[in-house]
Amino acid sequence: MTMPDQPSPATPLLAVTDLAQRYTLPRESLFKPAAQVHALNGVTAQVMPGRSLGVVGESGSGKSTFARLVMALERPSSGQVSLLGRDLNRMPPDELRRARRDFQMVFQDPYGSLDPRQTIARIVAEPLTALGRMDRVTLRERVATVLRQVGLRDADMDKFPHEFSGGQRQRIAIARALITQPKLIVADEPVSALDVSVQAQVLNLMQDLQDEFGLSYILISHDLAVVDLLCDEIAVMYLGRIVEQGRPADLFAHSAHPYTRALLDAVPRARAGGVRRRRGAQAIGSQASAAAGCPYAPRCPLADQHCRETAPALRNVGDAHLAACHHAEAVMALPPVVAEAG
Amino acid sequence: MSDAPLIEVKDLGVRLNTSHGPAQAVRGVSFALRRGETLGLVGESGCGKSVTALALMGLLPDSAVISGSIRLDGAELVGLPDTAYCRLRGNRISMIFQEPMTALNPMHTIGHQVAEPLLRHTGVSAAEARHEAIALLDRVGLPDAAKRVDAYPHQFSGGQRQRITIAMALACQPDVLIADEPTTALDVTIQGQILDLIASLVEERGMSMILISHDLGVIAENVERMMVMYGGTVVESGETNAVFTRMGHPYTQGLFRARPRLGARKGTRLKTIAGTVPELADLPAGCTFADRCTIAEARCRAALPAVVDVGAAHGVRCIRTDVSMDAGGVGA
Repeated sequence: MTMPDQPSPATPLLAVTDLAQRYTLPRESLFKPAAQVHALNGVTAQVMPGRSLGVVGESGSGKSTFARLVMALERPSSGQVSLLGRDLNRMPPDELRRARRDFQMVFQDPYGSLDPRQTIARIVAEPLTALGRMDRVTLRERVATVLRQVGLRDADMDKFPHEFSGGQRQRIAIARALITQPKLIVADEPVSALDVSVQAQVLNLMQDLQDEFGLSYILISHDLAVVDLLCDEIAVMYLGRIVEQGRPADLFAHSAHPYTRALLDAVPRARAGGVRRRRGAQAIGSQASAAAGCPYAPRCPLADQHCRETAPALRNVGDAHLAACHHAEAVMALPPVVAEAG
Repeated sequence: MSDAPLIEVKDLGVRLNTSHGPAQAVRGVSFALRRGETLGLVGESGCGKSVTALALMGLLPDSAVISGSIRLDGAELVGLPDTAYCRLRGNRISMIFQEPMTALNPMHTIGHQVAEPLLRHTGVSAAEARHEAIALLDRVGLPDAAKRVDAYPHQFSGGQRQRITIAMALACQPDVLIADEPTTALDVTIQGQILDLIASLVEERGMSMILISHDLGVIAENVERMMVMYGGTVVESGETNAVFTRMGHPYTQGLFRARPRLGARKGTRLKTIAGTVPELADLPAGCTFADRCTIAEARCRAALPAVVDVGAAHGVRCIRTDVSMDAGGVGA
C-alpha cells in the first residue's frame, strides 16, 4: 500500500456484527407461509477512522441493503451496527437523529436525489436545519464554505438543481453530505451515472476531501476499478454474504474466491487486440431459497460435491485477507486475472 | 460478403430545435458498413452518438433538419415518408435500447411484444408469430421461454429484460442492428453475457452492427472499427486496434486517461479533462474540443479542422497530431 498507515485508535469508527436482513414477500397462498428474501446473511465488517471500505457485487448481492442498514434507514432482522461504539438500533429516536451528523449518504442518481423545487442553499443546508435551529447568516456561511470545498461557487447557492450538469449535481449531493462534518460517508454508486471525464473529477474530489478531513467512505460500486482507487479494504458480496474481503492489492493479485475472479474477468479491457473473450453462460442464483452448500456453487467452475453440501465459512487465507471458499488455496494459486496495461 | 456497402452514411448533419435555439447536434458524419461488419461509436453524453442512431432509425422529431445522405442497399432514407420508414424499422433496421425497463411496454406480455414486429412485417398468422417468438426468446437464452412467454416485463430481471428487447430487435432478421448502450444498465457479468449473445447473433445472421457505448473497454472488445464523437463531429475513426494502439486526438487520449483502472492503487490521481462538454446550441466556431484541449493554438479556434489521415484509414480531426501523437503517444 502506498498510503502510510494512519495512527488509528483502538475503537473502530463503524462496527457491523453479524448483520442480517430478511424481507417478506407478498403471500402467494393462503395456506403457505409467505416467502422471504434473505437480502443480507450475517455480514461482519469494521471501518477504522480515516479508512475506507469498498463493497462490490452484482445487483441483488445485498450491497444497497448493507448501505441502508449502516445508515440506520431500516432496522436489521438481527445483528448490530455500531458507530463509535454505540449501537444505532438501540438509540432513542432523538439521539439517533443527533447521531446522524456523523454519518451521511450520497446517492447514485444526482437527478433523483436533489429536490427540483428547492434552491441549492436549502438542499445543502437541510441536514443542518434538521439538527437544530441556526440563524440564517451562519447557515449561509456554512453552505458557502462547503460549496467551495466541493469546487462550486458561492453564487450557485440561489440556483436550482436543473441549472447544473450531472457532475455538478453530484458535487452538490457531496456538499450536502459534508455540511454536518461527518466522520463517515456512505456513497452508493456515486459515479456510475456520470460520464468518464466527469467521473474522474468527482473521484479526485472524493480523494481530496478524504485527505483534508480524514473522512471514511463506505463506497458501494459495481466498478472494481473505482473501489480500487478509493478504498483501503474491499468486501466482495454475493447473495447477501461477504465471500471475500481484503486489501485491494491482495484481492486483485491473488483472488481467493472464484466469484472475485469472475468479476475481474468480466471487466472489459480498453486495449488493442481486445478479441472477444467468451465467458461461459452462468446460471443466476436466487435469494429466495436458502439451500444448503455454497451459494456460489451453481455458477462455480470449481464446485464439487463437498461445495454443494457444506457452506464454506469466511476464513483467513492470508494477512488481513478472508475468503469463503473451500478451494481458496487452489484459486489463489491460479495465475492472476490479467491486470490492465497502461 | 459482397463489396457494396449495406449502409452508407455521407456527410450526415442533424439540426435540432432545442429550448436554447437551434442546435447542430451532428455534423459531417460519414461511414459505410458492409454486411457482417461492426462499428463502434464512443463519446460522452451530448456528443451526438444517440442522435446519429436515431437519424438512421428515422426516429428524430419532425422539427429536426437532416442533411446529407443515408443509403440502405443503395436506397436513400433521408426524406423517406414515415409510412415507408415504418416498413423498414424493426424489419431491416432495428435497435436495442439502453433501458430495457422503458423499452418494454409494461401492459403487454413479452410474447406479444416479441411477436409484434413479425405480425407487422412478415404477414404470418398469430399462432406462427407466437411460435416464432418462443423460438426467439429461447435463442436469446431466456430460461423456460415456452412457459414464460405470457409473463409481463416486471416479472423479469434487468438482464432478462435486455434479452427480451434483443429478441424483439432480431425478430425480423434485420440487416442492420443498432445497439445503443445495450449493457449500461447491467452488471459486469451480465454485460459480458449480453455482449457475447449479440456478437454470436451478429455472426450467425450476418448482420451489420453499430454499437454505441461510452465505455472504451466495451468498444475495444466488441467492434472492428470505431468512431470517437465529440460535439457532434467524429474526431477520430479507424480500426479499433489501430486507434487503441496509437490514439491521435487529444479527446480520445483524455477519455482513455480519465478512466480509473484496475491496479491503480489508492491515492492515484485521475487525469481529468478540464472544462465541460460544450452546449450543442452554442458550439465554438473552430475545433469543438479547443476550449478543453491542452495543446490548442489560435488556428484551432479559427475553423473546424479537417480529418488528417495518420495511416491505415485511421483518421484524426486535429491539426496538431504532430504534437498529440508524438512522444510515444497514448495507447494500450
